[in-house]
Parts: sequence; structure tokens; C-alpha cells
Amino acid sequence: MTLTFLILVLIGLSALGFYIGRGRALNTVSGRVGDLHSLPSHYGFYVALWCGIPSLLIVAAWLILQPQLVEALVIADLPSAYRNLPASEFGLLLNDIRNLASGNVVSREADEALLAAAARLNRAHAIGSGAMWVVAIAAGIAGLTLARRWIAPQLRARNSVERTLLIILVISSTIAILTTVGIVLSLAFESVRFFAKVPLNEFLFGIQWSPQTAIRSDQVGASGSFGAIPLFTGTLLITLIAMLVAVPIGLMSAIYLSEYAVPRVRAVVKPLLEILAGVPTVVYGFFAAITVAPFIRGTGESLGLDVASESALAAGLVMGLMIIPFVSSLSDDVISAVPQSLREGSYGLGATQSETIKRVILPAALPGIIAAVLLAVSRAIGETMIVVMAAGLAANLTANPLEAVTTVTVQIVTLLVGDQEFDSAKTLAAFALGLVLFLITLSLNVVALRVVRRYREIYE
Amino acid sequence: MAAVEMEQPEEALDAKITGRGVNVFYGPKQAIFDVDIDIKEHQVTAFIGPSGCGKSTFLRCLNRMNDTIDICRVEGDIRIEGHDIYGKSVDVVQLRTRVGMVFQKPNPFPKSIYENVAYGPRIHGMVQNKAALDEVVEKSLIRAGLFDEIKDRLDQPGTGISGGQQQRLCIARAIAINPEVILMDEPCSALDPIATAKIEELIDDLRAQYTIVIVTHNMQQAARVSQKTAFFHLGELVEFDDTEQIFTNPSEERTQDYITGRFG
Ligand SMILES: Nc1ncnc2c1ncn2[C@@H]1O[C@H](COP(=O)(O)OP(=O)(O)OP(=O)(O)O)[C@@H](O)[C@H]1O
Ligand SMILES: [Mg+2]
Repeated sequence: MTLTFLILVLIGLSALGFYIGRGRALNTVSGRVGDLHSLPSHYGFYVALWCGIPSLLIVAAWLILQPQLVEALVIADLPSAYRNLPASEFGLLLNDIRNLASGNVVSREADEALLAAAARLNRAHAIGSGAMWVVAIAAGIAGLTLARRWIAPQLRARNSVERTLLIILVISSTIAILTTVGIVLSLAFESVRFFAKVPLNEFLFGIQWSPQTAIRSDQVGASGSFGAIPLFTGTLLITLIAMLVAVPIGLMSAIYLSEYAVPRVRAVVKPLLEILAGVPTVVYGFFAAITVAPFIRGTGESLGLDVASESALAAGLVMGLMIIPFVSSLSDDVISAVPQSLREGSYGLGATQSETIKRVILPAALPGIIAAVLLAVSRAIGETMIVVMAAGLAANLTANPLEAVTTVTVQIVTLLVGDQEFDSAKTLAAFALGLVLFLITLSLNVVALRVVRRYREIYE
Repeated sequence: MAAVEMEQPEEALDAKITGRGVNVFYGPKQAIFDVDIDIKEHQVTAFIGPSGCGKSTFLRCLNRMNDTIDICRVEGDIRIEGHDIYGKSVDVVQLRTRVGMVFQKPNPFPKSIYENVAYGPRIHGMVQNKAALDEVVEKSLIRAGLFDEIKDRLDQPGTGISGGQQQRLCIARAIAINPEVILMDEPCSALDPIATAKIEELIDDLRAQYTIVIVTHNMQQAARVSQKTAFFHLGELVEFDDTEQIFTNPSEERTQDYITGRFG
């Protein structure tokens, strides 16, 4: 709370710095803006940045270092009986001191020494926070006054401001990239641990998936089996069904919207389709489980077919519905991007609208449409909710859409739900599955982006 | 009704295209005001005039290309060989096979050169077999003066040749369906002088077989290639006469001002 307040104060100070800097710059040239190297507002930002950035950096560093320093101090003052405890008990002790300090429940009798330590902890934190306020604001004011003093007509404030902004932008994108890299690395490391327990080829080519390992080694099925083929075929089957629904419907509605619909219809229909894209997948999920699956089962039975109550067909159909707006809006964009001159050229030769679409527009837009479909596929592969609710958990190796199947994402969920040992093969399998899934969608996206880029080159 | 349609307006007996009282609107805005015109067969007619005066708009009325613009409305009477092209029974597709069009910017389809030319004959089922199609394509390319330059690249993309070649490809594409009239909207404005000269030569050749209407901003070009010139200003047809007459002795002051470069 007080931290938020401190940050607000510093931002306010920077804002003040902006006005001071701008005013000062104007003063030095007595109002003739032309004599300044940069615009007055650049000088304002210059001062604001000098005021804000160092002080905020100090706050950040302080927040990281203070708890460690304070705890080190408190530990140093503990009676030696406590200090010489073994590591795990010592950790518990520290935890108790922290809880005591913040008034929480404690796991042991609070004796003199502990109470004293807790009080010291609190006092040290209070002092630390106070010092942080003083130092940060002092840094802000120092930055402000120094930068204000540096302002002169020749000062290249614009260049400094631009460079600082650049650095901030680079840091932000680095954070985004590093996060991705971190996620991938953690996936990779855990997968390596998994493959130490289960051989790679058994995982990739095994056709038996039953990850339940027994608690005692003398139980039946003690080892579990981790053949991922049924999961991937299940994913493939559902994705295929989804694409069979989404691609024709999405593409045709895109053609209707971009080529036939009058602007008024388009203005209504396009946002409606986009609303479809905004429906949470859970909603699609229970639509699939409660409406579509029983309907398919009922219809199948009246036709004398044997339909599982949770079928690949139900999940695939609903997933297809979910993906329609995705396909249609991307394809609509690429179709609209086909130059009007090509349409006119075709009409000018006496082609009808459908001939023009079939022979000129679709071929011209094809690379973009392929890219849209690939992106939609990677979306379908990664989709979880609908499948959890509608396709079931049975890892059947089948191509029959009327049977229950399961997918990679669903298994990841079930592997990690509930209390699990963190280094059992069962838990680690989730990481291996995640890694493979990631590699598949990544390569799909890369291919799609490639295709899109090549397509762009034709018309620009 | 049909009898009325067949009735020929006065002084248009030898005209290929006649326009009477043509008004064109874009939404509420009028772009063409009461234009009367007679365009003769086997002649090149040039439309000149300052930018925005409605040359393209009027040209696009002649093959009903304006139908593709929702807000555009055409009033009046336009006939080709006496048939009202805006009549209820007229098939736009058929009209456009008779009245071909070449656009300002070369717009070859992103297909091979061969497929570009074969496009029209194919969709209209004009040929029965591959050999006949080959012949049509070759003849059209020869007529457009392009064949020698690209004869061993027929399977390469039409977008991959030079701008001037692309424009001649578009002309070849237009004549492949054997139209009676060819409309050209500033066909040389994106081309260099040499490519322009080639196209002008081509237009002169094509005149023997087709009726050609060309929009141009280039006064010399109008003088070089056309027999008749129409001067448009602010949506009106100010003067329409023999090209020589227009360029040497125009009867309207506005025409005089425009061709001498005093405005536009
Ligand atoms: N699609 C359209 N929608 C609305 N107004 C249009 C449209 N096309 C043309 N106009 C208007 O109609 C008028 C005539 O335009 P047109 O394109 O026929 O002129 P132009 O003589 O061909 O000009 P330029 O020489 O620059 O090509 C202009 O005022 C233009 O703004
Ligand atoms: Mg024009």
C-alpha cells in the first residue's frame, strides 16, 4: 500500500520535472523555441526521465535486497542454540519468526528469543521502508535538479529521450522473449527427466497410454505405460473433424462477407461472427457435452449405430464451430486484400461474379487462406476445454469418430490435476506431452507465417 | 418494347455507340451531366479533360462496369448498334464480352502468361480443345505485339514481366475474346515513353478491326492516336469533334484553354 503511494509520489515528481524542464528550456532562450536544439517537451521528458528512472530503479533494487538483509541481521542476533539447527528445521524456525512478526498462527510455543527476533524483524522492516522512502525521493529530487541544471539550448534532449525510450522498449521485449525461453527451457528440462524414466521411443511410438502408476511397487500395473500414440491420434481425429466443419463454413462465410454482402449486412454480420470468437471455450464445452453429444448419441442409436456418450464427433463438431470465426475473419482479410483491379479485370472480360471468385480471387488469396487454416489447426490442437468436457478420457486408439478418444491437452490436465508427487513419471509425462505439443504448434505457426510473408511480397 | 429499343436515334445511323442524355450519379453527387455522344466504328475516340471531370466514369458506363459500384446510378440512353445496353433483357456478361476493357494500371492475374490470355476464351467456352486454345492465345499475343518477346516464357507468371509488357498482355487478354469495342482508361499512364510508343502503335493497328475508346491525359497522345476527340469538363461533354479540329481550331473557349494548358 505504502509502496503504491511511494510510486505515485515518484511519478508525480517526474511530472513536476516535466513542467520544470520545459519551462527552464523556454527560459534559457527567452521563449524563442527555434534556438533550442530540441522541442521544449523533449527537455521536459529529459528531466522527467532523469527524475523517475533512477529513483524507481532504486525502489526496485531495495525491494529485492531488503528482506534478505533484514533476515540476515535477525539471524545474526538469534541465540546460538537456534542458529545451529539443521537446515530444514532452521527454515521452519525462520518461517515461524516471519509469521509471528506478521501476527499469524505459529507452529510452536513462542519463547522470549523468538518474540524478540520477531520484534526486531518488524523494526528492521519499518526502518528499511522508511529509508527507502527517503533515499528514493532524494534520488528523484537529485535527478530533477541535476537534469534541470544541465538544460541548455545546445543540449540534445531529443536524442537522449529517444535513446532512453528505445532502451525501455528493448527491455520490455526482452522480458517477453526471456519468459518464452524460460517456459520452453523448463518444459525441456522436465521432459529430459521424464525421458530418463521412460525411453523416448516408447513414448513416441508406444500405443498404450495408462499413466496410473501404483503407489506400492507390488501392485498390478505398477509401472504405468506412456505410449503417446493414442493421444496424438485422438488429437488428430478431433482436429480433423473440427477442420472439416470450420474450413468450408468459415471460408464460404468469408467469401460471402467480402464479395457479396452489402456494407450494411457486413457491418452487422462481421461483429456477430467476432462475438462467436469471444464466447469462452467452457461455454462451448458444456454445449458440446450437454446438447451435442446426447443428440449425436440419440441420432446414432436411432440409426442403429453404437455411439459412445462422449464421442470424438461431438467434441470435433463443437470445436469446429468455435474455430469458424477464426477461419472466416482471417480469410476475409486476405480476400479483401486481393486488389480490386483484379476483380475489375475479370469482370471486364465478361466473367461472372462466381467465376471471378473461383478463378481469380481464391487463387490469388490461396496462400493467405492456407496460412489461416494452419493457424486454425494449431488453435484446434491446443484447445482443451471442449475436449475435456465432450470427448472423454479414454485413450482409445481408433479412427472411429463415434468412439470416445482423448487428446494431448486433456491428458496434460488430468496428469496434473490433484495431489501429485512432483517427480513421478506421471507428472513429468505432462511436460513431455507439453513439449511435443509446443513443437507441433510452433512448426505449424512458422509454416503459416512463412506462407503469409511470401503472399505479402506479391502485392506490395 | 423491343421495337422501341431497336429504334435508332437520329444522326446515329453509322455510329457504333450512341449516348443520349446520359447522367451519372455517385450517391447524391452527379458526376456526368446530360452527355450526348456518337462513337463511330473503326475509329479511335479519345476522351480528354482535367482530372475528376468524369472521363473514367463515362467510359465505364459503356460496358456497365459501374454496376460493380453500389452507389453508382446511370440515367439516360446508351446503345450499341442500336441496342439499349441498360435494357432489362441485357446480359451484362454478354455485353462485356462485346466491349472489352483495359485499365490504367496493368492488372494481369497472378497466373501464367498463357492462363491470363486463355482466361476469357475458357470462361466463355469459346474453344473446344487445347489446340484451338493454343491458337487463340498465340494469335492474341501476336496481335498485341507481345508474342516475340515472351514466346518461350508462356508458363511464367504474368506478374513477372515489365509494366509495358503487362499492359500489352492485358490488351492481348482483352482481344482474346474477340470484342467489338475496346475501352482503354489511361492505358499508358504507368509506362515509359518507349512502352507507350509501342502501345500507341498497337492501338493504331487494332483500329482496323475494333472500335476503340481511350481516356488519356496526354494531349499529344490524343492527337497522335485518335480520329475523334471528346473534351469533358466538370462532368459535361464540352466539345466533341474530329481530333484535328479540336486541336487546331476548337469552337469552345474552354477546350482552347485546356489544350493550350491554361487550366487542368
Ligand atoms: N467510386 C466513386 N464513388 C464516388 N465518387 C466517385 C467514384 N468514382 C469517381 N467519383 C467521382 O466522380 C467524379 C468523376 O470521376 P472520374 O474518375 O470519372 O474522373 P476522371 O476524369 O477519370 O479523372 P482522372 O483523370 O483523375 O482519372 C469525380 O468527382 C470523382 O470524385
Ligand atoms: Mg480516370
